[in-house]
Order: sequence, then C-alpha cells, then structure tokens
Amino acid sequence: MNLWTKLKHMALFSLPQNSKTKPGKFHPAPENTTRPRRFEIYRYDPESGENPRLDVYEIDLNRCGPMILDAIIKIKNEVDSSLAFRRSCREGVCGSCAMNIDGRNTLACTQEIEDCGEVVKIYPLPHLPVIKDLVPDMTHFFAQYASIKPWVRTQTPPPADRERLQSREERGKLDGLYECILCACCSTACPSYWWNSERFLGPAALLQAHRWIQDSRDESTGERLDDLEDPFKLYRCHTIMNCTDVCPKYLSPAKAIAEIKRLLIERQH
Amino acid sequence: MFDTKSTMSERPLSPHLQIYRLPITAVLSITHRITGVILSAGLVLWAVFLMAVAAGEAQYASTQVVLDSTPGKLLLWAWIYALFFHLCHGIRHLVWDTVHGLERNTLNRDAYLEIGGSVLLTLMVFLFALLRS
Repeated sequence: MNLWTKLKHMALFSLPQNSKTKPGKFHPAPENTTRPRRFEIYRYDPESGENPRLDVYEIDLNRCGPMILDAIIKIKNEVDSSLAFRRSCREGVCGSCAMNIDGRNTLACTQEIEDCGEVVKIYPLPHLPVIKDLVPDMTHFFAQYASIKPWVRTQTPPPADRERLQSREERGKLDGLYECILCACCSTACPSYWWNSERFLGPAALLQAHRWIQDSRDESTGERLDDLEDPFKLYRCHTIMNCTDVCPKYLSPAKAIAEIKRLLIERQH
Repeated sequence: MFDTKSTMSERPLSPHLQIYRLPITAVLSITHRITGVILSAGLVLWAVFLMAVAAGEAQYASTQVVLDSTPGKLLLWAWIYALFFHLCHGIRHLVWDTVHGLERNTLNRDAYLEIGGSVLLTLMVFLFALLRS
C-alpha cells in the first residue's frame, strides 16, 4: 500500500476497493416454514477473486437451536455447505466463534437469536484480513500475544519438594484476568487497534500482559513493565471503552490497561 | 495451500466503522476529540475578540455586531457547550486514571451523568446570562 492510499484510508476511514461488499445470493425459507428469520452473512470466496458479498438466508427458527451458532451450523448443514466459520466448544469457553453480530463483537455460541434484530447481520471480526467468509486471519493477533511472553518467567530455582505456591490472596489477584479466552472480541472492537494494530498491542494482549505482571510467581515484572513503556504498545489506549463494553466473559481490559499505566507511574517514585 | 505475502495483501479487510454499532462511551470519546478541536478553533476567535477589546471602541463594536447576530450567538453557545462537555469528559478521564469507573456495569450510567452534567452547566450559564441581561 503506498502512502497516498494509506492517507486516503486514514482520512476516510473507508474500506479498500477490494473489500467493499456487494449484494449476494438470497436463499428463501422452505415452503412449510412457521417461524422464518433472515440472516445477512458476509461471504468472501478467496478463489473467485471477486469482492465480498452479503448473502441472505431465511431459516425456520422452529427447527433451529436458540443461539446464533445453531443458526449458522444449520445453514451450513442444510442450505449452503460452502459457508466457512470457526467454532468448537459451543459454550463460550474456547473463543473460536467470535464474530460481529448485529454490529457488536461477541461469541456466536452465547448470543441468542431472540436478542438480535429482525435481520441478523453477521460479519467477521472487524478490521482484519479475511481468509474466507467469517474466518479472519488472526496471525498478527496471536503474534502480539506471544510478544508479551505469556508464561511464568523466573530466575530463582523452584523449591525442591513442591511447586511454586501462591497464597489465596495472591491467586485472587488473577481473578478477572485469567478468564480471558483470547477470542479477540475486545481488540477488534477497539478503534485504536483498528488504526494502529501494527504497533498498539490492543486490549486482549494488554490484559494478558497484566495477568503475568500480577502473578506472584513471576520474577520479571520489571522487564514486563519496561517492554510496555512505549507510546504505541500501551499508550495508544485512549479509554474508548469498547473492549470492556464487548467482552463476552465480562472482563475489563480497560481496567487492566489502567492498572498497568498506574504501575508505570508508581515505579517512578 | 500455503499463504504467501502476496496472497495476504490481496485479502479483503473486514468491515469496521461501516458496520460497528458504537456504544455510547465510544460516541462520547469521539465527541471529546471533536469538542477539543472546536475549543482550539474557538480559542483563536477568543484571541481575536481580546485584540478587538484592546484596539478600542470602534473595533470592539464590530465584534459585538458579530456576537449579537443569530449565527454568532449559536456559535457562542455551541462553544460553551463544547467547553463543558470537554470538561466533564476530562474529569471522567481523571477518574479513569485512578483506576475507578472502569467496570462494565457503570459505563452507561457514567456516560449519562457526564451528558447531564454538561447540559446542566450550560443551562446554568444560560440562566446566569439571562439574569444579568
């Protein structure tokens, strides 16, 4: 991308030419349908070379489970087997089925169809390269996670006769952090991450960074803070709060980020 | 099939601003920026006004004509509201910096408090101006 296109996209906040969506196919409900519901789903076929399109599927809710994931599995099984999406646990613990549903990032498996609009709009997680349909490329996101070194780093040898133990209070400090399933709903909801994902770590990686800063067994807190003391990695967070608004596990990445900022200030004194 | 750099760059970018339903806190966040720009522009006008005051009666009278006109008044009140909105959201940023008010369940409540506060402060200035005139 040359500088001019880059500037243009920054100024207009628009999508590149090859990313603009076009109207797609309509799959009407079968004739004996009693409770039809429309789903407008983002489709991109990497082999066609064509722009992404929005296909509309009508399905019978009386013959479908209650969640969005049930609906898209039904579509894949019964209407259009070419629809691609990620899913695994179907109960909100794996983070695979994160997508944008009715304008909000969430997990398809824990989002009830009943709580959605008349036409349920389903897109991949925002501002990511799309591999196919609802499957975005998460390589960069996970590389950023790896960059915060998400494991206990120690200098001292472990005790000879037991594991590195924690008190209840020390373990309690990880509550609200360890539950993160890395679904990327928060990071891809964050406008700062949209515009600066190359250099800003984003709410998910920062919450994870704080999880290891808070861990009483970790012995590299100073180094971790050094790594984060950067105008982009951490301080591109402008407290827009989309992360906390959207987390399907009801965590607050914004709070974790604010705590890191406070630790960085405190250690100066 | 293996990904290469070239196929990566051909991949479409998933829609973002086009489809995202921004929550109220995000709307207030961008409004904070916009009011900041408005206030900076207003500061230039404020400097012009002060220079006119210093330059004497005739110049001052000409700024009065502008300020007494309907567009002038509207701009002035927009500026006053921008000031109070920016102030209220600024206070919220100060609270956030102390690691408070970052929980999901207080986000919307605080957003409405902030809007209410800025409207109330603007109304108070309006009443004050009304009583003085």
